[in-house]
Amino acid sequence: MIVMILGGCSWCVAQDTPLLSGGVGFQTNTNGGNTTYTPIIEPLLAAPIGNHLLIESRAALLESFSPNTNGQSGYSHSHFIGLTYLEGDYIATPHITVVGGSYLLPFGTYNERLSPIWISNFFNGPLSLPIGLMSTGTGVGGMLRGSAISRRKYSVDYATWFSASSSNEQFQAERSVGLRTDLYMPENRLEIGFSFDRLLQGTHESFYEGHVWWEPKETAFRLRSEFDSGAHANGYWIEADYRTQHFGGLNSWIGRFEPVFRMNQTFRLDTVASDGVPLVNTQRPDFGLDYNLPHNVRILTSYSRQFSSAGNVNIWQTGIVYRFLFPTWKGKL
Amino acid sequence: MNKRLLFFTAALYLGGVLAPPLACVMAQPQVAPEGKAQSGKKKQTNASNSQQEQNEGQRIFEQNCSRCHNAPEGFSPNISGTIVRHMRVRASLSKHDEEELLRFFNP
Repeated sequence: MIVMILGGCSWCVAQDTPLLSGGVGFQTNTNGGNTTYTPIIEPLLAAPIGNHLLIESRAALLESFSPNTNGQSGYSHSHFIGLTYLEGDYIATPHITVVGGSYLLPFGTYNERLSPIWISNFFNGPLSLPIGLMSTGTGVGGMLRGSAISRRKYSVDYATWFSASSSNEQFQAERSVGLRTDLYMPENRLEIGFSFDRLLQGTHESFYEGHVWWEPKETAFRLRSEFDSGAHANGYWIEADYRTQHFGGLNSWIGRFEPVFRMNQTFRLDTVASDGVPLVNTQRPDFGLDYNLPHNVRILTSYSRQFSSAGNVNIWQTGIVYRFLFPTWKGKL
Repeated sequence: MNKRLLFFTAALYLGGVLAPPLACVMAQPQVAPEGKAQSGKKKQTNASNSQQEQNEGQRIFEQNCSRCHNAPEGFSPNISGTIVRHMRVRASLSKHDEEELLRFFNP
């Protein structure tokens, strides 16, 4: 497929040159006094074929360094290279897009919409993120999605999927089925959504999610909230971020500051499953201060205090992310 | 159960391919969504229909894109169609939204 994409451009017209996007970052994470350093690259390739088809894929390449323990000098390191997803999107009708391959599960809002490092306001995800994501956060199979209704005052979109079980090293997934639907009112910048999915292997379990996002008009304030419920744990997160326009606009040196706050809380119902959610009830406020530099560079800093019966810890994170976006070749206009 | 309901209510309401393309990219003209959005009102040389279409695309851009991410500072017009198609799938935009965004990026 890559050869086909790179080999010729006879089908490539005007603005449809394949693109390479993604983020390059470096982050430090000090959790309970232990610091890790992680350089990371997340490239994303999107290649349209004809008028209806889009092939897209995202990968993650990272190396994690941490100081040796037990009084030894030096650092130990580990690396990870893998495809996050690889999918084909076929726009069948104005309301239906057929997705096939390995795709991000659209359960909730974070996994599909906020997880890229060039988008998220914090380096770490919410505590309740694993709920409903079937261990891997990806599905292997098919999905139908699209815009069901689109009016000037409101729109409704949907996604419904089936994933087979897959133990392939690059495309691990669990057998599951699910759906998500959102109601968006653009004049009020208000989004309300709901997700449901069900694990169809081992002990069958259902997961639920509800979210409300609000971005008041003509402000650079965003409020996002999500509640997740599973058989073994519940949780929620609420995130607010703001950039002021009152001192020379968003691109003034003051306007580039972006204070962020996120409250996370999880409630453990039992410890039967090791689902990635903390094994005891946990609360964590995250305080962040990001700075949006020119040329798509972002500095992210945050302090979090995690409270639980397993012990309270401080978490400090700092890092820098550059977001790139360019054609894979010059193309022709 | 009451606890779950309480927090649900609270949540609801409180609610190595990189190098080769670089050279050719740097030499290309860039589409700047934010800049276009600001300059759209100033240009009055086009016909009113064209202006309305531009405003419609600007409206869709402003109402949808910032929900998830900051707009990139600029990109090559060669990939504007690819970006819009990618976002049509990812953000479940309508066909109308896709067409208007394309006009907005390529006036």
